[in-house]
Amino acid sequence: MGPIGFLVVFFAWPVLAIVGRGFAAGGLDVVLGDPQTWRLAGFTVATAAGSTVVAVLAGLPVAFLLARAKLPGVGLARTLVLVPFVLPTVVVGLAFRALWPDGGVLPIVLANAFFNVAVVARTVAGLWARLDSRTSDAARALGASPWRAFRSVTLPALAPAIASAAAVVFLFCATSFGVVLILGGARYRTLETEIYLRTVDLLDLSGASALSLIQFAAVVAALVVGGLARRRKEGARIGSGAVRRPRGGEWWVVGAAGVVLALLLTPIVALLAESVSASDGWSLAGYRALAGTGEKGALQVSGWDAALNSLKVAIDATLLALIVGVLASVVLVALRRSPARAARGLGETLDAALMLPLGVSAVTVGFGYLVTLDALPGDLRTSPYLVPLAQALVIIPLIVRMVLPVLRSVDVRLRQAASTLGASPLRVWREIDLPLTLRPLVAAAGFGFVVALGEFGATSFLARPTSPTLPVAIASLMGRPGELNNQMAYAACALLMLVTVLAVALIDRLGAARGRVGEF
Amino acid sequence: MKRRAVRAATAIAAVSVVTAACSLSDGSGDTKQTPTVTLVTHDSFLAPQEVLDAFQQQSGIKISVLKQGDAGSLTNKLVLTKANPVGDVAYGVDSTFASRALAEGVFEPYTSPEADRGPQRYAVDPEHRLSAVDVGDVCVNVDTNYFTAKGIPAPESYDDLADPKYKDLLVAEDPATASPGLAFLLGTVAKYGEAGWKDYWTKLKANGLKVVSGWEEAYTKDFSGSSGKGPRPIVVSYASSPAAEVGDDGKPRTKALLDTCYRQVEYAGVLAGGKQEENARKVVDFLLSQQFQATVAANMYVYPTRQGVDLPAGWAQVAPLPQKPQALTADQVQAGREKWIGEWRTLVQ
Repeated sequence: MGPIGFLVVFFAWPVLAIVGRGFAAGGLDVVLGDPQTWRLAGFTVATAAGSTVVAVLAGLPVAFLLARAKLPGVGLARTLVLVPFVLPTVVVGLAFRALWPDGGVLPIVLANAFFNVAVVARTVAGLWARLDSRTSDAARALGASPWRAFRSVTLPALAPAIASAAAVVFLFCATSFGVVLILGGARYRTLETEIYLRTVDLLDLSGASALSLIQFAAVVAALVVGGLARRRKEGARIGSGAVRRPRGGEWWVVGAAGVVLALLLTPIVALLAESVSASDGWSLAGYRALAGTGEKGALQVSGWDAALNSLKVAIDATLLALIVGVLASVVLVALRRSPARAARGLGETLDAALMLPLGVSAVTVGFGYLVTLDALPGDLRTSPYLVPLAQALVIIPLIVRMVLPVLRSVDVRLRQAASTLGASPLRVWREIDLPLTLRPLVAAAGFGFVVALGEFGATSFLARPTSPTLPVAIASLMGRPGELNNQMAYAACALLMLVTVLAVALIDRLGAARGRVGEF
Repeated sequence: MKRRAVRAATAIAAVSVVTAACSLSDGSGDTKQTPTVTLVTHDSFLAPQEVLDAFQQQSGIKISVLKQGDAGSLTNKLVLTKANPVGDVAYGVDSTFASRALAEGVFEPYTSPEADRGPQRYAVDPEHRLSAVDVGDVCVNVDTNYFTAKGIPAPESYDDLADPKYKDLLVAEDPATASPGLAFLLGTVAKYGEAGWKDYWTKLKANGLKVVSGWEEAYTKDFSGSSGKGPRPIVVSYASSPAAEVGDDGKPRTKALLDTCYRQVEYAGVLAGGKQEENARKVVDFLLSQQFQATVAANMYVYPTRQGVDLPAGWAQVAPLPQKPQALTADQVQAGREKWIGEWRTLVQ
């Protein structure tokens, strides 16, 4: 019950405490009855759904490329596609603002999709690579066109992965904050930005609570849909998919994937260009400045120290999330396998509940910490350990999503056989479960690490000035005047991308099973 | 077989690096002999380490800095945690939020012996729960090169901004999401009064005003006078911003319009219910001391409240303190803030 205790103390309690204060203050009915509130909710759901559709449409061809095409550069594409996922929102927001100076709905939808194409591409590719290709070959042999074979055989088999990824993407988009703030300005607001505004600027906790409840309902709905779709996953025929050179119409798909990758790379290239351009031409001043603290000491530590701190915090967060996530997955698998119906139901509820941290506003959690954690010994509210704790909260759901299916697929009979032959439970775990799950575990850890590296919402709330992470340092640099600070911010982004690419490349190697990193 | 061995070795190496770097296990062996006072402040806080170290040498008190968002979010966090504050001293509650903090009883009375060297001028509270540490002014900034190149004079006043001559040139921040935006709105309320500010904004809107959500976008993307080289030569920023835009020739590329300024004063105070009252008072004294006051201009782009503190070289020309900024009392702001923001939202969006 350790993992559940962790989530209760560091998630449920703070969130309920802050929402409870809003309840106590009253006036919830006024907010819930305000048509404005429902317009906000509608706008939030509509833009998140729009971004999800765009991310799925863009992600599918890339998934095909990653899973089925034998072409040079596919490995590189697999790594690069994850880079947008960790870019600081303020930077991506500004990059999109450069293209759409007036902001608006379209750039919001596209920017949110931009962050999440990787989730779709890598999740779907993971299943696609393991999908038995004989079924669709049979369909082709019986005269189906490639499109028809895809539509009636492959697509239904991929549906669980697509739905699962879409649920996660929807959650990320529905709760995205910085992008909406920068691109929507004052005109377009979502539940998340309004919760932030009411909590942080207006101290209108009852209003924020009412909006949190609506957001919560939307999140639960997305989880239920995702959960229903995942349950069908077991139905997909798993075999070994053939990886070969694309032929015929498949080149169109590869072309589409190429276009998507090029579009994803555009903002990345643009910000690399920003990092080397000064008002009087090209300059590496931003990179050199990483050794210092910025113009007029914009940071309290050097850029390199911030990078080092990012690595440390992300490692701590990953280890913590791995421990909690794996324990939680083991419990969930046991509950799911239990003969008792009630236990299975409990397992499914917990499974969904573990995803909730993704759908609750960082500001709600952050303010919740302030009003609750002083009750724990050692007053964690001001502890530097709070940053890895908060990041772990964000990663745990992702780790569970990645580890759970693998653990579930370990054949019970192997374990039973081992026990019958006299192995202790520990030995069974060591000899059977561990070898079978090690690689996916490494991959999950790697993905968690990458997410922790880029995490901004919770971190910015809790990080101390003497130990900022890179995204926090980038935001502080952007928030101060001076050309050098601006260049240094972009150079720090480049550094963040580099670290990400290296981490993903390493993990992809270790977790050699194709396309396992970033799969839900 | 060989490849597998290499892989295993890499994995082991990676794991050991990971474990070695793990900071959860490092107990950075600080023997807790020196008393530590936690200073809760906003994100823009910056003080040179030497000055903090010197204070520690002198007083035997270590200052631990805890940043908690901008002035508004800092104030709200202090209100939420007033039963058991996260620190001992807070610095950064400004004149727009001071009334809220005072009404909620966040601070306790303390009159610093240093306060009569100038800070007293900005006192908001007869009980002396807050001491003024710095003043900053939000002013409209212009890109001087743009107006020289176009051969038209740069605007100078609020009224000029509504002049069709300057159509589509101004970018400002949303008062609901950015503190300079709020200050600019309050400046127009102070200037035109309850009765007239809405008319003024209607004119601004008709004159092609652009509103963005944060200072970063306005200043680094839309404004043409800074690194972003954006399209608009007029921006709502700070009186001190030109100090950061001095080129290699020693001349600033931008100028603050001193007739369009709104004054924000930032305060510090001893948190009620803190655990080290005596040491906390010494930290307030430190914030008002010559040593600390001399650092605020260069580090936080604000002006010291203490009299006779030198400003960085060139500030007198580049970033002079406006003589007659607009201002509202803390009580006026407290009473009107939410209403004005609400009315502004309906009017401008």
